[in-house]
Amino acid sequence: MTEIPQIITRKARPSAVASQKFAFTVEMVRATKNTYIRDYRNNAWQAFEALPIPTPQEEAWRRTDLRALQAGSFKLAETEIYQKLPTPPEDLLQPMTGDTHGGQVLLLPGGKQCKLDPELASLGVIFTDLQTAENEYPHLLEKILGKIVRPGEGKFAALAGALAQSGVFLYVPPNVQIDQPLQSLLWGPGVGLAHLSHILVYLEEGAEVTYVHESSSPTEPSGQTMHAGIVEIYVGPAANLRFVELQSWGEHVWNFTHERARVDRDGNLDWIFGAIGSRLTKNFSELDLVGQGSHGRMSGFYFTDHDQHLDHDTQQNHRAAHTTSDLLFKGALLGNSRSVWQGMIYVAPGADKTDGYQANRNLVLSPNARADSIPGLEILADDVRCTHGATVGKIDQDQVFYLLSRGIPRLEAERLIVEGFFDPIMQRIPFEGVRQRFQRAIHEKMASYSS
Amino acid sequence: MSELVIRGLHVKIEDKEILKGVDLTIRQGEVHAIMGPNGTGKSTLAYTLMGHPAYEVTEGEVCFKGQNILELEPDERARLGLFLAFQYPVAIPGVTVANFLRTAVNAQRRALNPEDKGIPIPEFRKLLKEKMELLKMDHTFAGRYLNEGFSGGEKKRAEILQMATLKPEIAILDETDSGLDIDALRIVSEGVNALRGPDLGVLVITHYQRILNYIKPDFVHVMMDGRIVESGGPDLALHLEEHGYDWVREKIENGVAS
Repeated sequence: MTEIPQIITRKARPSAVASQKFAFTVEMVRATKNTYIRDYRNNAWQAFEALPIPTPQEEAWRRTDLRALQAGSFKLAETEIYQKLPTPPEDLLQPMTGDTHGGQVLLLPGGKQCKLDPELASLGVIFTDLQTAENEYPHLLEKILGKIVRPGEGKFAALAGALAQSGVFLYVPPNVQIDQPLQSLLWGPGVGLAHLSHILVYLEEGAEVTYVHESSSPTEPSGQTMHAGIVEIYVGPAANLRFVELQSWGEHVWNFTHERARVDRDGNLDWIFGAIGSRLTKNFSELDLVGQGSHGRMSGFYFTDHDQHLDHDTQQNHRAAHTTSDLLFKGALLGNSRSVWQGMIYVAPGADKTDGYQANRNLVLSPNARADSIPGLEILADDVRCTHGATVGKIDQDQVFYLLSRGIPRLEAERLIVEGFFDPIMQRIPFEGVRQRFQRAIHEKMASYSS
Repeated sequence: MSELVIRGLHVKIEDKEILKGVDLTIRQGEVHAIMGPNGTGKSTLAYTLMGHPAYEVTEGEVCFKGQNILELEPDERARLGLFLAFQYPVAIPGVTVANFLRTAVNAQRRALNPEDKGIPIPEFRKLLKEKMELLKMDHTFAGRYLNEGFSGGEKKRAEILQMATLKPEIAILDETDSGLDIDALRIVSEGVNALRGPDLGVLVITHYQRILNYIKPDFVHVMMDGRIVESGGPDLALHLEEHGYDWVREKIENGVAS
């Protein structure tokens, strides 16, 4: 009797999840004298061990698939390994917010450099890396560490909480107003490394500062690198923070962040996101308006190409009356790239007279690119005003023809339209340097698009 | 001297033939007007000359500066010296009038000299200011987003501003008078008249005779059913104003009958 060959009609879905396991161990949790910080780290480690790598079965991860993440390949950076890796390009170290900066923290794999204007230091301002803060200002660090983002919120938050080697601590004492912007750069070159970061910003009552933080690396042709980070921000009563976050990770970097900003009574936060890099990003950003009369604005831009996948999950929580929030995220997509924006406005019971707004606009430039836009409202108070809007569109060919008819070549015409599309976000960025950086990214990405 | 020569032009859109053999020559220094009832193909002619992709040329040629421009992209036609003032100018959100016009001027300069570094900003500002004054436009206009939230009159003035800045050799004005009140019409017409001269040929496409009181044509043509059926001097426009188009229609029908 002849054997009937087996007919395979469908390949099994890769069940990498079962074999996906990080190689980190409990010995990597850094020792510290402060018991609060020690407990925080140990709890974070336990949460990391207990939580599974997220799968698309979880609502927040439905559109972002981690099966291709080579979890076991990542190692922590050894001390001073940065000396063997590419150094950051000069233009990333230039102040983007004016001629000078009041302070700069450079975070390198296994190393760091910190500078702060002595005048600011004499006023009690702290702007330093995480390890220095831990050794020198543990009691100030206790005021915020783990208080705003809990390590148990997710696998990657737990990982960063337990093992973060790099980080920034910014503390501004009451009523200190800093004119010169502060700047930090997290430089994460290499392959097979896990860059774990923890950014902490604490503004006391009436304090005021502008802070620009960028995460960046070159693109490596093969292999993966991972970044997991926590950002915890507290804006005290009547304090004023402008926070600009840029990510230009190499296109081999898998990037995960959990970020939350808590804004107290009459405080004000102007939060700007710019994303052009990474292979995959999952970013949770939450605005927590806890004090009456507090205000927060979130402005985001992203521009993706090739196989990039950027997922921004935003939440605006109105937990007190008379709070206002305003979110605008705009993105353009090329190649086979994909973006996800998932937004939620939550209004707590009793948080009356609040005004919440969210909008996400996408320009899909390539037939193989895709943008998902999912707004959401959950309102448990009666007297509120909340509005939202979401659009996904293509370049309008009538606009292109109009520009062509003025002698502008097609590529330039399309670039002009894309730049115009982003202009409302650019208007929200008061720094010429940041605008120029993004304009340059548009030029570069559009140029590769034509060829 | 440049001339735009249209010979036996047939154009269809979505399988419907709109232009059925148009012949017309426009030289620099001349002002031509094409008049005719709605739906006779006047705007189709304008868009086809500029190269809109929706219009398919099935027969004929359009020569300009020794080239059959039907083979050129719209931007190449523009850089050769052709200009279209749109009936419905398109809004480009987020792009200022100044930024847009500087990009267009630089594209033009680069076409002449690939090494060109672009017009210096002070020189461009001066140029734009001068042209805006010509059109009685407020200086804040330069910083506004192109055509976004513009009134009907502002849009048409912006078209003429572009024409004044780009200095074409042949300009087509597609129903530039539509939607304008008499003041706006006068300003726009004065702008066009200020640009008139031996270096500019103009084709005014209009439904109404009114604009021709301000922009005096050298030649008037009547278009009907996709063809130019009658040509004459400025008095043809006045005659049409008085007697309408019926007599032309009758003339054609009789012509066909006989």
